[in-house]
Amino acid sequence: MSTDIRRITTPLTEAIVKELKAGDKVTITGVIYSARDAAHKRLVDLIAQGQPLPLEIKGQTIYFMGPSPAKPGQAIGSAGPTTSYRMDAYSPTLIEHGLKGMIGKGVRGPEVVEAMKKHKAVYFAATGGAAALISKSIKKAEIVAYEDLGAEAIRRLEVVDFPCIVAQDCHGQNYYEIGVAEYKRS
Amino acid sequence: MKTVRADQISDAVAKLCMDANYNLGPDVMQALKDFRDREESPVGKELLDQCIVNAEIAHKDQVPICQDTGFAVFFVELGDQVIVEGNLMAAITDGVRRGYKDGFLRKSIVEDPLRRKNTGDNTPPVVWIDVVPGYNLKIIIAPKGGGSENMSEVKMLKPSDGEKGVKDFVVDRVKRSGSNPCPPVIVGVGIGGTYDKCAQLSKKALLREIGSKHVDPYYAAMEEELLTRINDLGIGPQGLGGRTTALAVFVEAHPCHIASLPAAVNIQCHAARHKSAVL
Repeated sequence: MSTDIRRITTPLTEAIVKELKAGDKVTITGVIYSARDAAHKRLVDLIAQGQPLPLEIKGQTIYFMGPSPAKPGQAIGSAGPTTSYRMDAYSPTLIEHGLKGMIGKGVRGPEVVEAMKKHKAVYFAATGGAAALISKSIKKAEIVAYEDLGAEAIRRLEVVDFPCIVAQDCHGQNYYEIGVAEYKRS
Repeated sequence: MKTVRADQISDAVAKLCMDANYNLGPDVMQALKDFRDREESPVGKELLDQCIVNAEIAHKDQVPICQDTGFAVFFVELGDQVIVEGNLMAAITDGVRRGYKDGFLRKSIVEDPLRRKNTGDNTPPVVWIDVVPGYNLKIIIAPKGGGSENMSEVKMLKPSDGEKGVKDFVVDRVKRSGSNPCPPVIVGVGIGGTYDKCAQLSKKALLREIGSKHVDPYYAAMEEELLTRINDLGIGPQGLGGRTTALAVFVEAHPCHIASLPAAVNIQCHAARHKSAVL
């Protein structure tokens, strides 16, 4: 993997997604959206019913995250990633409808990998548990849908130099497998 | 006899909720640094550094270490010479409600597992009460995040599976957890008891201080062997490869039925939070 950090901006284009390789260190600047289990279910249910979504997801990046409440003076509370496999049931549908990036933690299943290859999307790993540190790169947060879900509401986040690693790329490469193979004993 | 009032309990619990979620224990912090220094993977080293810096920020700013401020789990040691004036469970629940609100902690509990409406105040807590000799009421809080909890498991082994069966189950459980529970993890292992007791033991094991050895040399050796085997898996920090998959393995054993060998694994992420107060 490269030791250089690549600075990318959202919305992501197919050209950028194709250039990103598993293991690349990147920082993301621009607008991303937070959504986790409950919000994903609602989005995918809307698509199934042929209804419009509360946000345009073409070219967008979703961060699997539900923050702690902001203290006075904070843009957002602690805001680290949640485990991504729980979104595996929903992500392929969103990717098919134009989602280009996902940020979470932990490996994605084969159905997501296939969708990422077919429609050119990328999956980034943020550091799970580094929530206080990560929140420093989120400059503004506002709820744009599903306020009733509390921490699980969809938030529009303005991020600057949000740190992550390309964990699984649109070419089918998986940095979890590559990394573990290198350090496995026995 | 000593009397402890419900409002004293509730106040202590509210403070514990915040203390546990803002301030990582010095043993966990030290373990992160020791493993960082030994980590061979450059990426792994960097990720461990992020965990350390994160805990420092959380402490300095008094904000949650992790956004998942957990299910509020309590282990209570109630001295047999203590009289609680009021309702102990209600006092703890009230403390959680206030601590999670006043501390800007995330409310992560849904009132029904299938209909999934958030209770809005992170109640109810899970409370285990032990009656012990003495004049103290000790309250230990161990907020438990969902991501690592989801990687936990109970298995009813056969007595013939023996020590090897238990050890293989533990290592396999961590292997299958892979990148999901925010490694480096702490592995709580319960052996014996009943199906339910075993699971509770595996959670109680997580309260041990990192660096402490099991009082029984037999289990101390098992913990050491399991830690080596787990760190040989190569999972590493965040599952992206490296030598640091677990910071510690803690075993709790209990008498069990002649027909049974229950084993449980409770996985704890590196945000291993627990604090206690004595009233």
